[in-house]
Amino acid sequence: MTDQTQNPPAMTTGAQSTVQASRGGMLGLTANDFRLFLIVLVITFLAPFILNPFPEGSALAQFNAGYPDLMQRFVIFGIFAIGFNILFGLTGYLSFGHAAFLGVGSYGAIWMMKLLTLNVIPAIIMAIIVAGIFALMVGYVSLRRSGIYFSILTLAFAQMSYALAYSVLTPITGGETGLQIKNTDRPLLSNIQDGEIGRANLFGLEMRSSFELELGAWLFTFNAGYYIAAVVMLLAFYMSIRLFRSPFGMMLRAVKSNQQRMNYTGLNSKPYTLAAFVISGMYAGLAGGLMVAMDTQVGPERMFWTASGEVVLMAILGGAGTLIGPVLGAGFIKYMENIISKINSTILHEWFFWLPDGLENFVVALIYPFIGKGWHLTLGIMFMAVVIFLPGGLVEGGQRIAGWIKNRRGSGDGPDKDPEHHPKQAPHVGE
Amino acid sequence: MGILEVKGVNKRFGGLQALGDVNLSVQEKSVHAIIGPNGAGKSTLLNCLIGKLIPDTGSVMFDGKSVLGRKPHEICQMGISRVFQTPEIFGDLTVFENVMIPCFAKRDGAFRLHAIETVMSEKDIVEQAEAMLSEVSMLDKRHMLASSLSRGDKRRLEMAMCLVQQPRLLLLDEPTAGMARADTNNTIDLLKEIHEKRDITMAIIEHDMHVVFSLAQRITVLAQGSPLVEDTPANIKGHPKVREAYLGETA
Repeated sequence: MTDQTQNPPAMTTGAQSTVQASRGGMLGLTANDFRLFLIVLVITFLAPFILNPFPEGSALAQFNAGYPDLMQRFVIFGIFAIGFNILFGLTGYLSFGHAAFLGVGSYGAIWMMKLLTLNVIPAIIMAIIVAGIFALMVGYVSLRRSGIYFSILTLAFAQMSYALAYSVLTPITGGETGLQIKNTDRPLLSNIQDGEIGRANLFGLEMRSSFELELGAWLFTFNAGYYIAAVVMLLAFYMSIRLFRSPFGMMLRAVKSNQQRMNYTGLNSKPYTLAAFVISGMYAGLAGGLMVAMDTQVGPERMFWTASGEVVLMAILGGAGTLIGPVLGAGFIKYMENIISKINSTILHEWFFWLPDGLENFVVALIYPFIGKGWHLTLGIMFMAVVIFLPGGLVEGGQRIAGWIKNRRGSGDGPDKDPEHHPKQAPHVGE
Repeated sequence: MGILEVKGVNKRFGGLQALGDVNLSVQEKSVHAIIGPNGAGKSTLLNCLIGKLIPDTGSVMFDGKSVLGRKPHEICQMGISRVFQTPEIFGDLTVFENVMIPCFAKRDGAFRLHAIETVMSEKDIVEQAEAMLSEVSMLDKRHMLASSLSRGDKRRLEMAMCLVQQPRLLLLDEPTAGMARADTNNTIDLLKEIHEKRDITMAIIEHDMHVVFSLAQRITVLAQGSPLVEDTPANIKGHPKVREAYLGETA
């Protein structure tokens, strides 16, 4: 400790190497982040192939997830989870009412479609704006408290919004039945014949229009709505990478780490958390707007607290504070919800028909609670397993597998290969 | 006229007079120690200096401006940095990020929505932080998580985080509390060196006499909430009143 002044030469070389480490990628990303972005880009664009690995009509075809409705849900909930992760993953503030912003955004979007135009872009922009304003109000009040009190406040706001949408605000929200585009709606800028139900479109391209490709026994569907949502998701993902690596993102991690030190460093943590909250709310609004664009209807149940809880699960399951984790978590949960819940006892009996009768019934009875409506049980067990064994979520699982493979190869170039790169020890800035 | 002027500060907690008519003047570029036995009001006084507590009467002026009622980040932006009893650092961030954050705070103020460029593209900040880290010889540890540092390194990192902002006053709250002798001596050396090199004003709250007498140029002794004497270390050492109050010796 007494020799602190003896190595000034190290300073200049250090400065160069650290600055160099930030180069190497494209689009203003580091090489690693750019690689991650490229992987996500390729996967999203090839999703109709990747998610449909089993031929039509085969026994395993029900595990195919490559149909437009589900793929749209993957990317939309991916956006929702990315936004939630900006708040929860970086600042550590656990919002338990994020579905409210998604719902408010949805209502904003559908009104835009009912009144102005059936083009989805103004609707989506409107959703972001409305959700942002609502998040500003909720955040301004809720962020006066932290920890569990913050969570409870956001939950209270979300449940209030749900109750209002369900009953008091029926003229605006359509109450229990919600809102959908009807044949009486006459958007200002869209030409619609009398009695015709308008359809969401992007400059004439209808969201539901699809192109089907048959290759042998396989059927792949390329849906316009999915690709539009996917492009938006990629943009949202790209922006979140930029935000994570920016000084602002660093400040948000500082909020999570030590607010006392932050304040005594001359930084006001309140506007930082509020900004994160609003950005996160706008992501939720964007997801809500896209939902309306894909399927032109809204109901209040979209704001129910279980929907808020679901996005918390997505972020934690995938890996809170990581870049790709929330997207993985969202995909995982939506897959389970739609695929596991479709399996019924008849299908189970088909699978196990080759077993002796008694044993077949026994095995089916054993598995039955975990399928169909019991998919929540499967999800709960998976969630517990991840939280207990992989606190860093699915991303940590992936990293462990990657590390294990590296070790098996036995080459010593593991951890020191790129020492100048962003720290791997920090679990929440990983990928 | 000192850089920090405390005038006639009183603070009561219910029936307890925690501070009674405290007057204190910290001269620029000096090391001023505030000592006193347990319960003398040292911590209360410190909390008044950083705006955590507002005294019932009296004023606390820093550089001619009152600090009372200001928020911690405003006081820091005025040029007062604080070192805590146990090092307060950003444990989940790397050492390098820990030092960059104060640099950003100094340059951009209390809040800036700065979400487009990467941290590393801010060359001036990066260079500033690297220079600071090499000054405290921690450059080789810059990619470590701050929470994984040894206690001595955490203390040095916290100092670096304060110093990189070039504060006009550094407040130290028992910087050697709970340390072994060797660590204490290291900290004393570090503080001495910082003072000599940077001519920085320091106010130290401490009850370890060894630390105080090795560092301070001026000492205020608090006892039961009031300043007993204020003098140079040499004079304090033999002062009968101090011996009585501090060491509990009956005269």
